[in-house]
Amino acid sequence: MNKHTPDQDPRRAHHDMGGVPKYLCEPVDMEPHALTDFDKEVDALRGILGAKGVMTVDELRRGIEAIPEADYHRLTYYRRWIRSITDNLLRKGVITQAELTAALERT
Amino acid sequence: MTGFAPGTRVRVRDDWPETRGPAHIRTPHYVRGAEGTVVRVLGAFKNPEDLAFARPAPRRALYHVRFDPGAIWHDGRAKDGRGRNDLLVEIFEQWLEPA
Amino acid sequence: MMLQETDGERLLVAVRRLLEAKGIASTAEIAERIAITDRASPGQGARMVARAWTDPDYRALMVEDGSKAAEMLGIPMRGMPPLGVLQNAPGLHHLVVCTLCSCYPRAVLGYPPYWFKSAGYRARAVRDPRGLIAEWGTVLPETTKVTVVDSTADYRWMVLPERPAGTEDWTETQLAAIVREGDMIGVTIPKRP
Repeated sequence: MNKHTPDQDPRRAHHDMGGVPKYLCEPVDMEPHALTDFDKEVDALRGILGAKGVMTVDELRRGIEAIPEADYHRLTYYRRWIRSITDNLLRKGVITQAELTAALERT
Repeated sequence: MTGFAPGTRVRVRDDWPETRGPAHIRTPHYVRGAEGTVVRVLGAFKNPEDLAFARPAPRRALYHVRFDPGAIWHDGRAKDGRGRNDLLVEIFEQWLEPA
Repeated sequence: MMLQETDGERLLVAVRRLLEAKGIASTAEIAERIAITDRASPGQGARMVARAWTDPDYRALMVEDGSKAAEMLGIPMRGMPPLGVLQNAPGLHHLVVCTLCSCYPRAVLGYPPYWFKSAGYRARAVRDPRGLIAEWGTVLPETTKVTVVDSTADYRWMVLPERPAGTEDWTETQLAAIVREGDMIGVTIPKRP
């Protein structure tokens, strides 16, 4: 029998947010926040990687959940995605660290 | 054939695999250890806990389970509307046991 | 490693360059995917709702097999997660959330709204649904049951809201025009303007 109330349970992963008190009082930001080109390109990239069997949405989620809590909240939505996508591509050997470093030096 | 028919009273296992190592769990923290009622059999889908790590993922039965938010949150918040609220959550079979 | 410090935009440029060189994702493919995704919008869901309001057989199909109902109206669903439809009724109101991330019926409704993905929405929907939807000015009778649906697995959920009174002789086009994105998530209720 779980002796913790859900909001106090220290075993809760940080992305698992249902009912968590510190977010309950946040006012809802209803501004439309139109998607930027960056957002749409990251979204599209994820879709292509999924369609081609390179990375599933489950792997994307796992990668996002692995982002440390402070970064998770600091990063905007699609910045979490690109970080997870990159992490997954490295883990799966689709790209190498050396390739990524070289490509970043050229940006 | 095993499985839970609609109307069956079930309990979500009070298990926390994420504390034992890397895991990807789609059973929310707030229902672990909670009792609910099966509303519908949603079908069988590849286990996301395995897909997340690119492991072979067997298909597992997925259920829509109804919970009482008043019992889950044990506080006054869920009492608005005089308890006339429900929570429906998709739960995979490996997380359910008969209540 | 440097991922924590590297700006998202730079990561995207670098990853895109590498994937193009490897023949995995080209600029053209990304542009095409964006164009396809842009075709989905709340208007597609509104057409489904308007059809359900005027055609009881379509309503029954929508509730039984949402994906098939979407396909019937020309909304491509092949390879997409199954669509679940939550039917509101007198005394029953549904609210959809994904507390774990941002699962949303994108194939029908398009990109989820910003607030749907926020920590505040994800935390509050399952614990204080009435307080949450009050932020949109939505107040339900105390006798109405609020069923909150947390999208935790393969289904993607949309709400089939109730048809407002005073629209009995309206066409489907007129009806679809008053169904908003929020009505199909459950934060608002369709209103006759």
